[in-house]
Amino acid sequence: MKKIRRVEMVLILLTISILAFIPAVYGASDAFKENIYKVGALKPVDSKLNVKVGNRAPDFTLPSVSGEKVSLSQYRGKKNVVLSFVPAAWTPVCSDQWPGYNIIKDVFVQNDAILFGMTVDNIPTLFAWINQMGKLWFPVLSDFWPHGGVAKKYGVLRSDGVSERALFVIDKKGTIQYIDVHDINKRPPLEDLVSALEKTNKR
Amino acid sequence: MKKTYLTMPVIPILLLALVFPVLSANKPPEKGETLPVFNLPIPKNPAEKTYLGLSGDGLFKIPQIKARVVIVEIYSMYCPYCQKDAPGINELYNLIEKNPNLKNKIKIIGIGAGNTSFEVETFKKTYQVPFPLFSDKDFSIHKACGEVRTPYFIVVKINDDGSHQIVHAQLGNYPGGEPFLEIVLKASGLK
Repeated sequence: MKKIRRVEMVLILLTISILAFIPAVYGASDAFKENIYKVGALKPVDSKLNVKVGNRAPDFTLPSVSGEKVSLSQYRGKKNVVLSFVPAAWTPVCSDQWPGYNIIKDVFVQNDAILFGMTVDNIPTLFAWINQMGKLWFPVLSDFWPHGGVAKKYGVLRSDGVSERALFVIDKKGTIQYIDVHDINKRPPLEDLVSALEKTNKR
Repeated sequence: MKKTYLTMPVIPILLLALVFPVLSANKPPEKGETLPVFNLPIPKNPAEKTYLGLSGDGLFKIPQIKARVVIVEIYSMYCPYCQKDAPGINELYNLIEKNPNLKNKIKIIGIGAGNTSFEVETFKKTYQVPFPLFSDKDFSIHKACGEVRTPYFIVVKINDDGSHQIVHAQLGNYPGGEPFLEIVLKASGLK
């Protein structure tokens, strides 16, 4: 009896593991050709936030792909800030997220906001990857070294060293007004970010 | 004991049945085939409704569009090539609409793979897309179309008896309004 149950369990686990390897459905742009590495379906969230809405956003200084260093504090009192963490370059959903933000610069301008794209990849990798997206109007920052340091500060560094797919909206006072640590397998709907941005700017 | 023997193969078989349709994903629509079966909502916008020759509310299938040929673009607001090609596809629309011989014969629609209605509207507004765009928020149409990369163009010929076939399909490589119109005219026999 016990043996049979064990066999049954193995078969069930085997089937579940097949399910786990089925890639999530995503819209891959032909712009990236065959260069997107299929990661399969991942655990939706694999970290614990260190900040919450109403907290002062932890400051950071990171190098951008275009060469200059960017500090969050330099925007205090000047601009609302959106941080868009994506897990990794050359992966399915990430490659189809920032190109969308790239065509709505007007929405960010209307809401007196700046956007920072952030990943834990190094600069050369980010350089090659974002070149496939066309010319991005917003800075892309590399949180590569110390590895995922900023992601860790905010509590969005996953156990395998990549970051969550997370959005933070920070107002001009430097206070976090919106957090969306999204299911890593899915793209956050644009309307949610736009509405958070509008609310933050009206405050 | 007997009961366990009976249930033992049933559970994995049920689970595999669940998995199988996903594993045997559909393939991209190709020339000579018919479109996968899916419905789109009849547009609420009266101008778009008139453009497609549809009336009332509810759902429709592409071969119900009042035209001889329908060009379907599967795109995404998030796809750089779709963004780059958008002005060229508007040009195709204008070439057709300005030609009295083609105006009522060829129609264009876009389907936003994984795009919410808000994202579809954002794309429409950004590129001033003059033809109807539809949201495929949950990727169900994209999936039925073999999860094609975007942009993917499908040219559908609609016959007098309501049947249809795909006369041309291509991934990306959009050559611009005029050359693509030539391809459409040749493939559909309108020329």
